[in-house]
Amino acid sequence: MKDHRSAAVLPAEQELRLTDDMFVKDDSAYTDADKMTRPSLSYWSDAWRRFKENKLAMISAAILLLILLLAVFQPLLSRYEYDQTDYFAINQGPSPAHLFGTDELGRDIFTRCWMGARVSLSIALVVALLSGTIGILYGGVAGYFGGLADNVMMRFCELVASIPQMLWVVLLVLVMKPGVFPIILAIGATGWIGMARLFRGQVFSLKESEFVLASQTMGAGSLWIILKHLLPNAMSPIIISMANAIPGAIFSESFLSYIGLGVPLPMASWGSLASDGANKLLTYPYQLIFPALLICVTMLCFNLMGDGLRDALDPRMRQ
Amino acid sequence: MLRYTVKRFLSMLLTLFLVATATFFLMHAIPGQPFEVTRETPESVKEAMMAKYGLDKSLFEQYLIYMNNLLHGEFGVSMKYKGQTVVGTVTSGMPASAVIGFGGVLLGCLIGSVLGALAALKNKGAVDYFVIVLAILGVSVPNFVFGSLIQRVLAVEWKLFPIQGWKGLSCMVLPILAATFTNIAHYARMLRTSMLDTMGQDYICTARSKGLSQGEIVRGHMLRNSFLPLVTSLGPMLAGCLTGNFVIEKIFNVPGLGQSMILAIQNSDYTMIMGLTIIFSFISIVGYFLVDIVYGLVDPRIRIAK
Repeated sequence: MKDHRSAAVLPAEQELRLTDDMFVKDDSAYTDADKMTRPSLSYWSDAWRRFKENKLAMISAAILLLILLLAVFQPLLSRYEYDQTDYFAINQGPSPAHLFGTDELGRDIFTRCWMGARVSLSIALVVALLSGTIGILYGGVAGYFGGLADNVMMRFCELVASIPQMLWVVLLVLVMKPGVFPIILAIGATGWIGMARLFRGQVFSLKESEFVLASQTMGAGSLWIILKHLLPNAMSPIIISMANAIPGAIFSESFLSYIGLGVPLPMASWGSLASDGANKLLTYPYQLIFPALLICVTMLCFNLMGDGLRDALDPRMRQ
Repeated sequence: MLRYTVKRFLSMLLTLFLVATATFFLMHAIPGQPFEVTRETPESVKEAMMAKYGLDKSLFEQYLIYMNNLLHGEFGVSMKYKGQTVVGTVTSGMPASAVIGFGGVLLGCLIGSVLGALAALKNKGAVDYFVIVLAILGVSVPNFVFGSLIQRVLAVEWKLFPIQGWKGLSCMVLPILAATFTNIAHYARMLRTSMLDTMGQDYICTARSKGLSQGEIVRGHMLRNSFLPLVTSLGPMLAGCLTGNFVIEKIFNVPGLGQSMILAIQNSDYTMIMGLTIIFSFISIVGYFLVDIVYGLVDPRIRIAK
């Protein structure tokens, strides 16, 4: 058998004699053809590159930064205190002394608007972070453990969601008395459900992955896996959802102020300023226009920036 | 389908029960006592008042009485206005709220769907950009700003409609318009997304390859499938119609349910707030239930999955 095979191979080898002249030296292996000519892009720098190309989103981000800076520094540098009254200058229209005019107690609306920006924006940011954190933990646990735990936890979500959100917020603020902290708690207490559902869905699709199994094999705890392995993989929808939660919270806050459950006087928020202004719309329209404009511009920018973030972080969702 | 309906019905009952319980204990967690007035009240008067409203009993007893009343359709009486019941407030406020709510949703849904469908069919056309701008404005302009604006322009400056009040048809125009605005934006955006999504489906490709005309494809295959997400959002939306729109009713001074709720909040009329909250929640929970049933009828995939 062995002889027979070698006898069959040998003639073929003789025919195909390899000589040096059959080869051409290929220098390309020594050139830089396989070197990376551009710096390698991580997921985040790629997303940032896409975000930068979106002009609307960049302009929105710049305007938001400007609003944020004004909110931080304007009340510090202003000639007026936000609660400083001046009975010789009540209900004055916009002028160089008072850019946005004054209200019925002679308070400078420009200063009050930026003081209100502090309150409204911090409520919105804290709410987004708070409801995001609760939602991630809740949804993560429900999704990761699945089965009965998931069933019970999601039933609870449905229960909370079955009452209109505005009713919850109104009830909770009533129970806790109006103020910045209760408003944050009330809006946050109902805002986490969307995030919980979102992250649970993500966890469900990711938890069968090999990297989770690998981590489990090495003895990692459930919370570690959820936060260290599953969370970073679901980061882009979470960021998009948080960016959308901010205008929602600004909206809720202004709604609460409008029905008389906003921050207590003499504090100001955009909602309470607009609500005060709305009562005097027929006589002093500028008192509504400026706060309302600020709310609209901020919401517009957050929405446009949110769309930009969505396109940048998740190109598949682009239409 | 029957199994699914019964299951959904039972879970609705459970939700109703839990919501009623949660509201009861939440309202009793509010610090401060009712009948606390600035004037000095004799102890005996206070005690008589507490006894009249059953507040001298233990919390658990109050809870049982309250649940028993709910089962009999009694949602309590106002603490501020003598003889005013929650049910009476609801029946008197419901019509105005319903007119604004249904008007807003129907008009908004109609105009919004047409705009959204046109935008998707002529992707990147003029209508499309209009819808995109409208959708962004719809979520960026709070409804009290839009409401105040049309009140100022259409009623005060141009004097086309009454500024406030609720007498006759002309009064209904502005509130309905204000309610329509947000809905148009919402539905236009939703239908546009859903249509674009449907267009990419394989069955549209099949329909095209078997030689159907564009009109037949849109009518027979696209619209029907694109309307599914609309049905889901329509339920809570319609339930919201009955519970009134706080902001619009306040701007145009409409005697609806939203106004009653705001008044109750301002008066700290706790029994009224509690009763109204429960009725509002009941309406929206029943709304969700009905939508799920309708959804199951429209889309067979759902009842099989569950």
